Amino acid sequence: MSESSSALPKVILVGHPNVGKSVLFNALTGAYATVSNYPGTSVEISSGNCLIHEQRYEILDTPGMYSLMPITEEERIGRQILLNEGPHVVVHVIDARNIERMLPMTLQLVEAGLPIILVVNILDEAERLGMKLDLELLQQRLGVPVIGAVMKRKIGLEELFATIRDYRVCPHKVFVYRDDLEQDLAVVASLLRGGYRLSRRAMAMLLIQGDEDIRQLVQQQEDAAGHGELVEVLREIRFRRRADLHLQIGMERRHVSRQMLDGVVIQTRVAEESFGEKLSAWMMNPLTGIPLLLLVIYFGLFQFVGVFGAGTLVDFLEGFLFEEYINPSVITISETYFTAEWLFELIAGEYGVWTLGVRYAVALVLPIVGSFFLVFSILEDSGYLPRLAMMLDRIFKKIGLSGRAVIPMVLGFGCDTMATLVTRTLETSRERVISTLLLALAIPCSAQLGVILGLLSSAPSALAVWTVFLLGAFLLVGVLADRLLPGERPVFYMEIPPLRRPQLYNVGVKTLMRMKSYFLEIFPLFIVASVILWAGKMTNTLDLVIAALSPIVRAIGLPTEATTAFVFGFFRRDFGAAGLYDLQMAGVLSVTQLTVAAVTLTLFVPCVAQLLVMFKERGFRIAVAIFVFVTSFAFSAGWLLNRILVGTGLLL
Amino acid sequence: MEPLSEKAEEVLESLWVMTVEGDQVGCLLADLQIEADAGELKDLLQRAFVEIRDKRVFLRREGESEARMAVRRHRLAERLTMDILGIAGEEGNEQACVFEHLLRQGVDTKLCTLLNHPSTCPHGNPIPPGDCCTEARRSGSPGIVPLTELKAGESGGIAYLAASDDKKMQKLMSMGVLPGSDIALMQKFPSYIFKVGHSQFAVDESLALQIHVRR
Repeated sequence: MSESSSALPKVILVGHPNVGKSVLFNALTGAYATVSNYPGTSVEISSGNCLIHEQRYEILDTPGMYSLMPITEEERIGRQILLNEGPHVVVHVIDARNIERMLPMTLQLVEAGLPIILVVNILDEAERLGMKLDLELLQQRLGVPVIGAVMKRKIGLEELFATIRDYRVCPHKVFVYRDDLEQDLAVVASLLRGGYRLSRRAMAMLLIQGDEDIRQLVQQQEDAAGHGELVEVLREIRFRRRADLHLQIGMERRHVSRQMLDGVVIQTRVAEESFGEKLSAWMMNPLTGIPLLLLVIYFGLFQFVGVFGAGTLVDFLEGFLFEEYINPSVITISETYFTAEWLFELIAGEYGVWTLGVRYAVALVLPIVGSFFLVFSILEDSGYLPRLAMMLDRIFKKIGLSGRAVIPMVLGFGCDTMATLVTRTLETSRERVISTLLLALAIPCSAQLGVILGLLSSAPSALAVWTVFLLGAFLLVGVLADRLLPGERPVFYMEIPPLRRPQLYNVGVKTLMRMKSYFLEIFPLFIVASVILWAGKMTNTLDLVIAALSPIVRAIGLPTEATTAFVFGFFRRDFGAAGLYDLQMAGVLSVTQLTVAAVTLTLFVPCVAQLLVMFKERGFRIAVAIFVFVTSFAFSAGWLLNRILVGTGLLL
Repeated sequence: MEPLSEKAEEVLESLWVMTVEGDQVGCLLADLQIEADAGELKDLLQRAFVEIRDKRVFLRREGESEARMAVRRHRLAERLTMDILGIAGEEGNEQACVFEHLLRQGVDTKLCTLLNHPSTCPHGNPIPPGDCCTEARRSGSPGIVPLTELKAGESGGIAYLAASDDKKMQKLMSMGVLPGSDIALMQKFPSYIFKVGHSQFAVDESLALQIHVRR
């Protein structure tokens, strides 16, 4: 794996989730961050620059980590960074309130011989809970710089700058465990002869714990004879300690950190239950939590995204700005300068780059997706999502997922492509496959949702059929996937961070980051899609494809004209829905046909962008399997629904 | 006196289940699937544990204690095979039927203490308490139970973790769940929510069952 290219001294931020690491990152870099995949992986790492006393540093933000021994893919990548990059300093950020739980990781980092600065963040909240911390004493005992901070208000930032600038690596203290463990560590460490970024002691500990990455690394670095002996020794130790290996190490670390904290933390009084805690309890109790969820959906999704984003904003951008001012001048200019028919068609024709690509991307999709991202970022920043995950875990278990998968599913209602990317935070590949499948099949994205709601709102019964049918498909396919796919059932565990008032700055940054990556990744695809459609139209290939597909479309009871909508639907889910809109306006579709078309289109193959992401994330074989399944399921379901509706005359 | 035969114990168990726990008044020989002249029935009659009137068998006061203890041994054996040995379904039932007859001469007391005086069998039927259970209750012994047995709002110290695989153990430890720490259960439905230190975590039943708490 390659090291990151910059030659600047590196500052790596590590820490548990929800300790204010990204707030610190933004404070250091001024939010001019680039988010990119860590080389060779699909985990996003933010990096940025920071100028401290005329020296420029590269700041790397790692995914949240619970210990040096990773559980999830993201933690693994976080650890990779520590293994591969030669940092100037590693800043370990912890939450003062949970210092006892988080200090064992500091011990691991110090033990690994890394140049550590410990930032004890969120001191203000800890004080509110009646905790007093003597960080001076802690620094003496740990032997590394300790800084108290409230990063939200930039308290402690100057001190951190000075400490980063003046950091000198000095030999670290060694924390002593009980005899038997020390002996095992010494034996293993003495057999390690290669050069490693982490100390031999830390490597030995991870080897004893059975860390797979470290085992491979050691296998590469050690010569064959030495490695053979090491493997034997490790086998013996691991067998002898089979009953309580992790437990003993955990207990040892807690023992050391309790000694460290003796006299450091003084609990002066017990805090009363705050309003936030009451609200939190209401959110997690199904009796009050479900009404609260409905409120969130009504105001957040329906009113804000649906009425304001898809209504007011789109009317302004599309109806006013584009129709009145921009389009006429583009068309005038095109008519004057691009006289060749093919060129005019390419720019301003029916499927032109401007008329179809840019206009749709900027005036139609962006306001809807943008307002969804704003709502999602508010929910994310307030801490509501883990509470929702906890409420839905039981239901999600029935479809082979854990509550953790709630977050990508909710994001899917904004943009399925982005949600498919997020599924990689799930623990097992089984969960990742099931959630990718369900996102592709039954979760309509906000753009599509907007058009379909508009389409079906004239017939409430059609809307009801659409909702019931999609919900049914979601559960049916989920339950079947759970039954049929091999692999272990997921285990649910999740930290419930304290609720907090969403911070304007955080919400702004998160929304903008999402909109930016949406624009960068998806905008080009709009253009590509319009060029393909244009080429198809000019060469008449489009007609051939439509002609080939139309028998299937007729088989599910739709007029031939609707085929165009399905072909378009492949390029953008919402293009397809918009195509139906035109047909409805022209009065070609009956209510039954409209419903069947809307259901089939929602179930039908995801847009091109999502398909590409599926290939990238899940690999060729699984992506093709999902593609084929979703396509056949969509049309079979459409055919079945048509039969049911025609047979019963439900929507006549 | 000779200990009862296994078959005789099973007759007593069936009688207990049908007449004491159930609402039948005596039970038909046919329901017990037994002939009137069977050896075990003669033995029970001789000890005056049961009596036969018409075609019905009645449990006598003299036999009640013996019957109760037989049921107790059977259900403890079920706990052993199903919870500890992890043998499920029909196989678990069969194994329990073999084990129950080994639980005499104080072995049931030891098993009961090991299992921390369970009050129900895996099927949810009550396990009749023995002297050890009464004694434990009287001395107010705190008892160690899985987190799932606590009521919402209750708290205790973590006694041990039963996690069998490393991944689950790592997850628990990453949440700061370690023996000797205090834990407060805040909510049980739809998922378990507990507090360790100042942090809250949500876990599903499979993880909550691993955490054993001293009340």
